[in-house]
Amino acid sequence: MNRFAHLLDRLSYQPARNGKLRLMTDYFRHTADPERGYALASLTGGLSFRHAKPALIRDLVAERADPALFALSYDFVGDLSETVALLWTPLEAPGSSHPPPLLSDVVEALASAGRNDLRRLLTGWLDALDETGRWALLKLITGALRVGVSARLARAAVAELGGVEVDSVEQVWHGLTPPYLPLFAWLEGRAERPSAVDPAPFRPAMLAQPLDEKAFDALDPREFCAEWKWDGIRLQVSAGRDRNGGRLLRLYSRTGEETTAAFPDLADALGAIEANDFALDGELLVLRDKRVQSFATLQQRLNRKTVTAKLVADYPAHLRAYDIIALDDEDLRALPFVERRARLEQFVRRARCRRLDLSPLVAFSDWPSLAAARADPSAAGAGEDGAAVEGVMLKRRDSIYVAGRPTGPWFKWKRDPFNVDAVLMYAQRGHGKRSSFYSDYTFGVWRAGADGDELVPVGKAYFGFTDEELARIDRFVRNNTVDRFGPVRVVAHGVDKGLVFEIAFEGLNRSTRHKSGVAMRFPRIARIRWDKPAREADRIESLEALLPRPDG
Amino acid sequence: MADTSAASAVLTTTPAGLYCPAGDFHIDPTRGAARALVTHGHSDHARAGSGKVLATDATLAIMRARLGPDFAGATQAVRYGETVAIGDARATFFPAGHVLGSAQILIEAHGRRVVVSGDYKRAPDPTCAPFEPIRCDAFVSEATFGLPVFRHPPAADEVAKLLTSLRVFPERTHVVGAYSLGKAQRLLALLLEAGWDRPVYVHGAMESMIALYRAHGVSMIETRHVTAADKPRLAGEIVICPPSAASDLWLRKMPDPLVAFASGWMRVRARARQRGVELPLVVSDHADWPELCATVKETGCAELWVTHGAEEALVHWAQTQGLAARPLHMIGFGDEDERETVDAETQA
Repeated sequence: MNRFAHLLDRLSYQPARNGKLRLMTDYFRHTADPERGYALASLTGGLSFRHAKPALIRDLVAERADPALFALSYDFVGDLSETVALLWTPLEAPGSSHPPPLLSDVVEALASAGRNDLRRLLTGWLDALDETGRWALLKLITGALRVGVSARLARAAVAELGGVEVDSVEQVWHGLTPPYLPLFAWLEGRAERPSAVDPAPFRPAMLAQPLDEKAFDALDPREFCAEWKWDGIRLQVSAGRDRNGGRLLRLYSRTGEETTAAFPDLADALGAIEANDFALDGELLVLRDKRVQSFATLQQRLNRKTVTAKLVADYPAHLRAYDIIALDDEDLRALPFVERRARLEQFVRRARCRRLDLSPLVAFSDWPSLAAARADPSAAGAGEDGAAVEGVMLKRRDSIYVAGRPTGPWFKWKRDPFNVDAVLMYAQRGHGKRSSFYSDYTFGVWRAGADGDELVPVGKAYFGFTDEELARIDRFVRNNTVDRFGPVRVVAHGVDKGLVFEIAFEGLNRSTRHKSGVAMRFPRIARIRWDKPAREADRIESLEALLPRPDG
Repeated sequence: MADTSAASAVLTTTPAGLYCPAGDFHIDPTRGAARALVTHGHSDHARAGSGKVLATDATLAIMRARLGPDFAGATQAVRYGETVAIGDARATFFPAGHVLGSAQILIEAHGRRVVVSGDYKRAPDPTCAPFEPIRCDAFVSEATFGLPVFRHPPAADEVAKLLTSLRVFPERTHVVGAYSLGKAQRLLALLLEAGWDRPVYVHGAMESMIALYRAHGVSMIETRHVTAADKPRLAGEIVICPPSAASDLWLRKMPDPLVAFASGWMRVRARARQRGVELPLVVSDHADWPELCATVKETGCAELWVTHGAEEALVHWAQTQGLAARPLHMIGFGDEDERETVDAETQA
């Protein structure tokens, strides 16, 4: 448990993806089986056991700690699990009688533990572990590691151990169970690659390149098909049969994270389709009365710990398919797009599934007519769903389906982003190469306040500028600091002072967590307006006008 | 608590800090005093402008180096264990284990024994003499880390964390923020013990104290001054600098700096994150909670005064142990790790 605890500890402070990768690979390289396998399982969400509630942890600490000292400590630390991890006083010094538990001990005991065992087990482990170990145990047992590692990233770290591509691990992943001994044996060259026995595997997704409009001259419109680019979430459905002939269906994110459990309604509906096996690529949307709902509405279905019947009824999940990559034991990825498209249309028609429909092709004869469709999707066939279109996709008629983002076959031509002129309010230092630069910026727009106009923060951006621009903004921040809180500087902002950024963003949602009531999607700095006076920046009203209508 | 209090019989609090009427001297006065007994060289305890300063030889050397040769009208060096009669009081200096030269001071007057701890720790430290518990009627303690959440791990384990990180990220400059008096030298001594086989690069502001420690016979790893020309070549090296420099312009041109910070505050995650620290090292020169409680007990005192820090918790605990305890809420004392940052940032 100690090694694993130290890994989580280091991961929690490591902001960079590559840094996290290195820490995990190092851990897998220096940790024996089966410990590292259980660590991999906990990082990929592959463990299931009865989770402890915060109330149980409060109860336990109440038995050990003076309530006044606990209250003072909690007040100082601010996090319940961390406070308990730090002030837990073992009955005997750590390691004096009981050795600290191994991660495998913990996982195995939890797997078979009943509700009444949990308290006793937890007390024993807390007594035997040190501060970091207790912190990690409490994270593990309350079910939220929150160290910024996706399952895909953890698998990428394991792949690095064997010097293989992560997709090579993905392909065998679902046939394996913790503690993944055959996987490690293969990656360390001690055994053959485990056979890909998964009947419903993830197939690495094909991605589109952003279209540079200058490239149109070189592209022949007759060689391309166009589709709407829906403002939803990319989803891959993979269906097969298990050993007993039963249906096995999995939903995957673009990066191969399994999301089946989050969308049981969609999985059930698609699972009923009469086909031996199939794999579809499409967009996850929420439909009501056959109309596509806004991304903000779709978000209500995302990142939920539990999926209630009410949630499913209020936000029914739907797949709008645009590709078929496997059907009835046949891998279709090597077929040209138009042939796959024909197979897809036939498949959707025969499936007669109310949660599945076809993403239509957009008719166009030349680039100007496609530009017109992109500018007004509703008039060009998207009808009432026009608001859910965020651009068009261009796919070469002869394009085969390949993993990754190849140059040439697929393009995304997004609707022009929204723009707003906002004033820099706060700046925060970055990490690593940017640790001596103020590189994360909070910006605001004007609104009417009690004492006249005031700036209200509407978002945060940390890219969209060159290194030279960063150096110049950094100097501006340092020379115009009026206050500071830890690593955050308050930058002079007001009617007659401040730096204006032109912020580009993809959309706007209502938010109760932000003072301004709005939250931007994908904001970045489009231009730095050294020339523009702060008082000429935009007002909150111009943002509010962009908000989707409130939905019931 | 006037008549029954041993501490009150010997010491009073004045605007300049703790004062002993029987000997007419202050301890660690926050402003110049006629006669000052100084526990150690950190700037919140050792200030310029007193008429006469009594302290250990090392503390006087540190004051001279940091405050200039005229920091006091006169000085008197006191050895550990040596008793000095001052007026109707007697003062004896004992090691406090905090930094080089640090002392706790036993004051005997009116038949009472009061120990003023200054800052102290119980964990082993190769750079200074270890703390000795002294029996007394009243104990005047610090409580910088006076909450039960503070249990400092062995410092060698934290240094091992640093070395592991160097193994995993050999292309990054490991920049360790450490207070320039005490913490930096302790890290240098620990790196020597850990067998790090390369010189450690240090910020110019640290050099005089490192030289002073070496002159007092403290063994530390070889150090090199960081020059502008060195900076691009520091991949995989350890750089030690004041906490404020560890997150600012000074880092520029170093290869992909990985910022570490050696401080007891690094125990609390929010503190580490707030500073943008990637590698928190829990290394403290102050007593942690178990050390504070154990020390209070070992002194056998019936009465506890808490000068600064998380006074409330330690006072509460002492009262549950049947001791008379009170917080002094002394202004102007603090933890050097925190203060140096504030000072430096204000100047920047």
